[in-house]
Amino acid sequence: MKSSRRKFLKLAAVSALGLGAGRIGFLGDAPAGAMDIPTAADYNAPMEAKHWGMAIDTTRFNQELVDVCATACHTEHNVPTIPGKKGVKWFFGGNFEETFPTEHGHYLAEDVEHRVYPLLCNQCEEPMCVRVCPTQATFKRADGIVMMDFHRCIGCRYCMAGCPFGARSFNFQDPRPFIKNFNPLFPTRTRGVVEKCNFCSELLAMGKMPACVEASGGALIFGDLDDPESDIRKVLRERFALRRKPDAGTGPSVYYLM
Amino acid sequence: MYQAKYIIPGLIVFAALVLFPFVFNAGSAPFEVKLELPKNASECIEAKEVMRARHMQILDEWRDKVVRQGVHVYENSKGQKFDISLTNTCMECHTDKAKFCDRCHTPVGVSPYCWDCHNLSPKQAGPIPPVSQEAGGH
Repeated sequence: MKSSRRKFLKLAAVSALGLGAGRIGFLGDAPAGAMDIPTAADYNAPMEAKHWGMAIDTTRFNQELVDVCATACHTEHNVPTIPGKKGVKWFFGGNFEETFPTEHGHYLAEDVEHRVYPLLCNQCEEPMCVRVCPTQATFKRADGIVMMDFHRCIGCRYCMAGCPFGARSFNFQDPRPFIKNFNPLFPTRTRGVVEKCNFCSELLAMGKMPACVEASGGALIFGDLDDPESDIRKVLRERFALRRKPDAGTGPSVYYLM
Repeated sequence: MYQAKYIIPGLIVFAALVLFPFVFNAGSAPFEVKLELPKNASECIEAKEVMRARHMQILDEWRDKVVRQGVHVYENSKGQKFDISLTNTCMECHTDKAKFCDRCHTPVGVSPYCWDCHNLSPKQAGPIPPVSQEAGGH
């Protein structure tokens, strides 16, 4: 009798340990709702274009929607949240003066003046950052996307000086401790490299729309600027649009519908 | 010999220094690498011998394919297709870097900086990679 109680207690202790270990294993798993691990089949139907571009319906944007899009982008790409001057931004917001300084808008229409304009890399046709990069770490793809090859970046920050739009951020420190929403399927960056929006090239390769476009609920229109029948060209035919700092001569692929 | 009293002891000291590693390690067990192989797969993307000799070149080619050419699918010698991804393909099977990569890299003194950016596993819970229990991790 005594020995069987002893046995029972031992068994109970061992199973409690097992349960505990199981719990730890569970905590180590990916966060719930994470995307499936991509396989080769996911790349069967990529989104392709001759010149990717984006039209931003500025009338629909406020700080809230900018935050929604920024969160979607920063979650997809493991962009850290760092307060202050060391901050890293792929998608952010600005006022009229910050967005269109060359418009010199005095006496602006009130709603135009008080809108929050989404800001991101303009994926320029003649990108200044690509011209100045000494290692060709940043380069322009055939479909117009200006990409970063973090493996080659030496952190000289010429591209940041070159970019007229402030779309590039430097990692002054290891960004990993500052990543709020972690996506294990996309790499992080390391100290000493510059980063920026990549028009979600990794999602386009899987036939998906960019994360901000998905999150915007139709306020961001994404498509092929070289295809006259594309959604983006249709909306650009119908509505007046501005590009940021046209006199910089870089030819942004991001259009702001006013 | 001119100045033999300097040259001969000098040569002896030199030979002793050069031969010391060989003498020191003589008789010890040969260098052996014991890897923990994945349990959910029996074959890697290429044959074992190819992976052993060329995994670094394959990873290098993969990097350029994805980042610079936008090619995301690798077709191996048998015609099987794989997503080109260090974390999402390699580390999905080789779940523990410390029990696979490090078992060889650490003894031979190689410390590739893949993991400064790339995640250790597609199921990694947080942005900071878990510290391995095994000594000698990078």
